[in-house]
Amino acid sequence: MENRKVNPLKKYFPVFVGPTLIAFIIAFFIPFIMGVYLSFAQFKTVSDAVFVGLKNYITVFSNSDGFLNSLWFTVKFVVISVISVNIFAFLLALLLTQDICGRNFFRTVFFIPNLIGGIVLGYIWQLIFNGILMNYGYTLTSNENFGFWGLVILINWQMIGYMMVIYIAGLQNIPNSILEAAKVDGAGKTRTLFNIIIPNVMPSITICLFLTITNSFKLFDQNLALTAGAPANKSAMLALDIYKTFYSKSGWEGVGQAKAVIFSVLVGVIALLQLYLTRRKEQEY
Amino acid sequence: MKKSLSILIIFALCVSLCTMLAGCGKGSMAQVYYLNFKPESAKAYEKIAAEYEAQTGVKVKVVTAAANTYEQTLKSEIAKKDAPTIFQVNGPIGYNEWKDYCANIKDSQLYSILSDKSLAISDQNGVYAIPYVVEGYGIIYNNEILDKYFALSSRQKKVNSVAEINNFNALKTVVEDMTTHKSELNIKGVFASTSLSSGEDWRWQTHLMNMPLYYEFRENTAYQNPTIAGLNTTDITFKYANNFKNIYDLYINNSITEKGLLGSKSVADSMAEFATGQVAMVQNGNWAWSQIAGVEGNVVKENQIKFMPIYIGADGEENQGLCVGTENYLAINSQASPEKQEASLNFLNWLFTSETGKNFVTNELGFITPFNSFEQSEQPTDPLARELTSYMNNEKLTSVPWIFTSFPSENFKTELGNGLLEYAQGSKDFNSVSEGAKQLWKTER
Repeated sequence: MENRKVNPLKKYFPVFVGPTLIAFIIAFFIPFIMGVYLSFAQFKTVSDAVFVGLKNYITVFSNSDGFLNSLWFTVKFVVISVISVNIFAFLLALLLTQDICGRNFFRTVFFIPNLIGGIVLGYIWQLIFNGILMNYGYTLTSNENFGFWGLVILINWQMIGYMMVIYIAGLQNIPNSILEAAKVDGAGKTRTLFNIIIPNVMPSITICLFLTITNSFKLFDQNLALTAGAPANKSAMLALDIYKTFYSKSGWEGVGQAKAVIFSVLVGVIALLQLYLTRRKEQEY
Repeated sequence: MKKSLSILIIFALCVSLCTMLAGCGKGSMAQVYYLNFKPESAKAYEKIAAEYEAQTGVKVKVVTAAANTYEQTLKSEIAKKDAPTIFQVNGPIGYNEWKDYCANIKDSQLYSILSDKSLAISDQNGVYAIPYVVEGYGIIYNNEILDKYFALSSRQKKVNSVAEINNFNALKTVVEDMTTHKSELNIKGVFASTSLSSGEDWRWQTHLMNMPLYYEFRENTAYQNPTIAGLNTTDITFKYANNFKNIYDLYINNSITEKGLLGSKSVADSMAEFATGQVAMVQNGNWAWSQIAGVEGNVVKENQIKFMPIYIGADGEENQGLCVGTENYLAINSQASPEKQEASLNFLNWLFTSETGKNFVTNELGFITPFNSFEQSEQPTDPLARELTSYMNNEKLTSVPWIFTSFPSENFKTELGNGLLEYAQGSKDFNSVSEGAKQLWKTER
């Protein structure tokens, strides 16, 4: 009886966490460890791997199939889309927390694109872009820059609504008393924005940055549907490049796996770094 | 009370978990699992599987890989516990990649009914993959439009009938003259779109590329046939690169679609353009019949659809026929249990020898098979299949074999396709495309 009083939850730990933990281990942890092992192996199917050491990693960094190019393409894409998605989403959130007519309607409208799957979105935008470019004698595949900006527009259209909702929640959490105090003290609009509003929505900024960075890095279906890497794999982002290496080049499965490991380490490090940096800002207030 | 409730919940959870695992374990396991390559035949195979189960009680699971994803589907399916028992390899190169999974089927009935035993893929003492369909491709044309052209009074008088088109120059003359008379012929272009979007470019990077390399490998007389010569070639000279360029240019310059826009077109687009009478010609094979027939608003008459060989300007091409061959070889998964392997062979025997099975093959799948269990009367009767058989039976003409089964890898074709797209869009010159192809052949071999 004593024991139960001290920590009643402890007893039920296996019941509540157990199923999830088992599922997590089976569906995520074990495959991940296997994946790391496979990146050091040569194989045709995942069950017949032969250890080859660092060979796959050497191939990856020798850039013989353009891994570094798609890495650079991805980095450019992430920088531009993270900035644009967050700025637009924040501005929309500011706008839609004002007293304007049809506020809820517009919130819904901006959120809806987020509910459509990536492949569908990719094909819809492909039709739209090709429809426009055709008038000038181009298609999305004429040049990798079309694919690049196409992806940026697509990701903005898709993610802005979601980020907007998070920012709206953050903005609504700012106590009115602070805003009123600032007004009484004579703070102008810009000053209120930078010194009151932004510091107070830092938690939202942390989440939004995290989501946009990881999602832009991992972008796959939109890329596959929009350009599929054309022309000549120049518009393939990392995830698509890995997929293509693994599946459409015979004998390159291990190299694809090595790329995948590098990719997950890269995304993990960047995301953790970002969390650390923005979290620190949060604590100041 | 609370305690008994939680125990009940735990119990329920355990039960559901156990049944779930058990469900994955056996319940749904099929005896025969066929991984189908041809999306156009998916529906027919479903019917076949249902019929076979009704007749014999053996369950056949058919999964169809989406266009151009066969390799990756196979790769992930075969690693599973319930792996495909019948799968397909695309020729000697494909066999080489999958040989650990191909069972020796030398003693099977399927091999014994194969009319030409040299068609099978064999290795040392075994036979590991057997072709099940013979296909052919060339330039499909709408005879009605060509008749209309030859009746024009304003046309150039150099070539006067379809029969006279038996070399590249004649083809070029006719096509270019037809382009200038587009409006009188009521067409939007002579050739259907040269589909170059990703995954839709196999008609060029594989089928058209067959032509120049066939003529190149044919000159290598050290081997018994051009395919084997190709398999043993580590360095191609791409001697007929210019011929390839000529025919490719002819396609893209006389097309319904502007060159720069070809990157957005698919094979289905081209076949629809042909079926609706907007164009006179399209390069494709006899399997395209179902696509032509299935297009809504299709206006081409069945008896006006004909085949013409692809001419590239090589010596002696007046006697050249269609490109005939196969890249569809069936293999039995050697890692499946012996019972399953046997069940799979029984299914294939039933399909290619029993009356019901053969009826499905001829009428639903529309295959011209290489098996002697089929009578002459049991060949498909669609216009393209009939044209193909008449070309094959014409003794004056030599069919071009599908030597592309000797191409070093899928990646070779993909990269070539990328190059051809960039050439069509004007961002690469042809010389670097052909140099790239030579280079790739060497590195991929």
